[in-house]
Amino acid sequence: MLKIWSMKKEQQKAENSDGAAAGAAGGPKKKKVTAAQLRVQKDLSELSLGTTMRTDFPDPDNILSFILYIEPDEGMYKGGRFSFTFNITPNFPHEPPKVQCREKIYHPNIDLEGKVCLNILREDWKPVLNLNAVIVGLQFLFLEPNASDPLNKEAAEDLRSNREGFKRNVRSAMMGGSVKGEGFDRVAI
Amino acid sequence: MPSLKEQLKLRIESEVQTQIHVGRSFAMRLETRAYSDLHGTNEVNSGPLSLKGRGNAISISPREQLQAVSAHWSSNPSFPSNLQPHLRPNITTQSQHHQPLPSRPYHLHITAITMSAGPVHPSSEPARWKYLDRIRTRPGPFTTPEMFSGETSAEAMDKMKILVIGAGGLGCELLKNLALSGFKNIHVIDMDTIDISNLNRQFLFRQSDVGKFKAEVAAAFVEKRVKGVKITPHNCKIQDFDEDFYMQFQIVVCGLDSIEARRWINATLVNMVDETVEDSYKPLIDGGTEGFKGQARVILPTITSCLECQLDMHAPRAAVPLCTLASIPRQPEHCIEWAHVIAWDKEKPFPQLDKDDPEHITWLYQKALLRAKEFNISGVTYSLTQGVVKNIIPAIAATNSVIAAACCNEALKIATNCAPYLGYPENNYMMYSGNDSIYTYTFKHEKKDDCPVCGVSARELAVDPKWTLQELVDSFAARPEAQLKKPSVRAEGKTLYMQSPPSLEEQTRPNLEKTLAEGLGLMDGQEIGVTDPAFATVSFKFRLKFT
Repeated sequence: MLKIWSMKKEQQKAENSDGAAAGAAGGPKKKKVTAAQLRVQKDLSELSLGTTMRTDFPDPDNILSFILYIEPDEGMYKGGRFSFTFNITPNFPHEPPKVQCREKIYHPNIDLEGKVCLNILREDWKPVLNLNAVIVGLQFLFLEPNASDPLNKEAAEDLRSNREGFKRNVRSAMMGGSVKGEGFDRVAI
Repeated sequence: MPSLKEQLKLRIESEVQTQIHVGRSFAMRLETRAYSDLHGTNEVNSGPLSLKGRGNAISISPREQLQAVSAHWSSNPSFPSNLQPHLRPNITTQSQHHQPLPSRPYHLHITAITMSAGPVHPSSEPARWKYLDRIRTRPGPFTTPEMFSGETSAEAMDKMKILVIGAGGLGCELLKNLALSGFKNIHVIDMDTIDISNLNRQFLFRQSDVGKFKAEVAAAFVEKRVKGVKITPHNCKIQDFDEDFYMQFQIVVCGLDSIEARRWINATLVNMVDETVEDSYKPLIDGGTEGFKGQARVILPTITSCLECQLDMHAPRAAVPLCTLASIPRQPEHCIEWAHVIAWDKEKPFPQLDKDDPEHITWLYQKALLRAKEFNISGVTYSLTQGVVKNIIPAIAATNSVIAAACCNEALKIATNCAPYLGYPENNYMMYSGNDSIYTYTFKHEKKDDCPVCGVSARELAVDPKWTLQELVDSFAARPEAQLKKPSVRAEGKTLYMQSPPSLEEQTRPNLEKTLAEGLGLMDGQEIGVTDPAFATVSFKFRLKFT
């Protein structure tokens, strides 16, 4: 049988590493910190929310599920408060977090069920990306709604053909009004 | 000769339906970098038929393999459809060429064992091990006297316990190979039961076994067929066992279908390492296949790069932008995925989507069909709907054989030292691709210093159980190796103190006043994870030791 132990000793000698790492195991080992959780913890402790965003953890012991509030301080969606649920699977960061808008809003890249068309949430997700990248991406959607990747086709068409009219629609939808017969949730603060 | 398109249609409609598929053979993608380094391409291939869902697999018989490749191409969302005509003549010629071949010869390598599980004549036994023993007992050009002793290696293998995780496509091959390579004491874990669609490649199972546990049936078959081997089945999840169970094995071989299970067993084996205990290092051999591609790799816990270090080697599932699905579908798969992701949520025809319920799949199929009509797209069928929704990936029996054989030989070499093995000091990863002729590349995947599993082994941390959390947090700043100024601390399932984001800081701040044992319920030996923005890439793990 392969003598792994002696190989490890050799490796340590070669690296001249601190043999002090990891002492003898004392008794049965208890619950381990999983890699996915440790990664989320790291992502959260590096989160830079600024003044326009805040989080809410319904259960602080479960960091895999939380709500993000965004209050854009410029752009067409200024004055609104938008909230997104974040659900992170045990396969994180291999899989992207699942993000959904909780309000029914008028936005070319967010459909009426709250689905978000953001490349890094789907086809362009990579394990090197982190939660910060996702929230920056979400914030960007409110600053620069994108008519060329529409999820809400009517909104995208309005944005493309009549930017001023689109702005008015955004205002009235944010106030809880309706646009072309479709009612929206009030998100203005 | 029917046109390619007709062939595909036929294949999809007849094959997929009759072979009702779905073992959960896992899909793992190969590293494209290594390949493209040599080939000067950036793209090996992108996703197969499927867009989304779990790693289910459909198997196709070898005769259909070539057709499957073309199906793969033409259904591949990233392949512009205007490219297909260039590909067609080639494929058609090939399939014409191969069409008349009966499918049986492709399976010759396994017919030897699948023919019967009947009684074995004892007199044939010594002959069976004759050639194996030449390898196991005689020194070779690569053996050294210190590492290899011919007298003891066969004996050592007799006593050795080896664990096989998974008794599916790879698992059947692994069990057969290991038993025929002289391993005498094998354990196998699989929580799954046998599905009719498994039978074409999971050759230890028969139709009468459908519904029974894979581990049990596979173990009984090989035990009966190979005299003198003892195989112990465990019909349960790997997570049902603790470290004491895994400690009894000398080698662990994986033929798994999910990343989650791989990460779990990897983390468990890495965590088991105790530098003072020689026996605590368990080599992990991991195999994986998807279609014509596969990989075999060896992990020596804490010594070489672990599965978590290699997590980015698993290519993400091929996904189409949501907005493409919503506004400009171009392919039948887009229509199906639209029905699955968007229409279902909007209309909620049933409270919960059950991908195994024909009624649900029919609903999606009808929706997809209407949408396809609207956009003038052809090719949406019931079986394609099933394939896309369940993320069915073609599993090819022969690819499983190739990969399982590689894994088994590494196990044999690690067990006997009879020849250099994959894993240390240089190469530890063998990729195999049969997509474009045959290509293999063996390389060294480096260990990651910041790997959350093997980059940081949990250090022992002597603490007074009566300390408050604040005292613990302050003590991190004083530790020479860490000097953490703003540490955030969690135990598994319990957030102790997070410095950020603000709402979580506020929620966990009251914990700072509480004592570790009584106030927070932490236990002696429990592990905690510590992160600090000052160490952007590294996190720390400590094992509490109450004083």
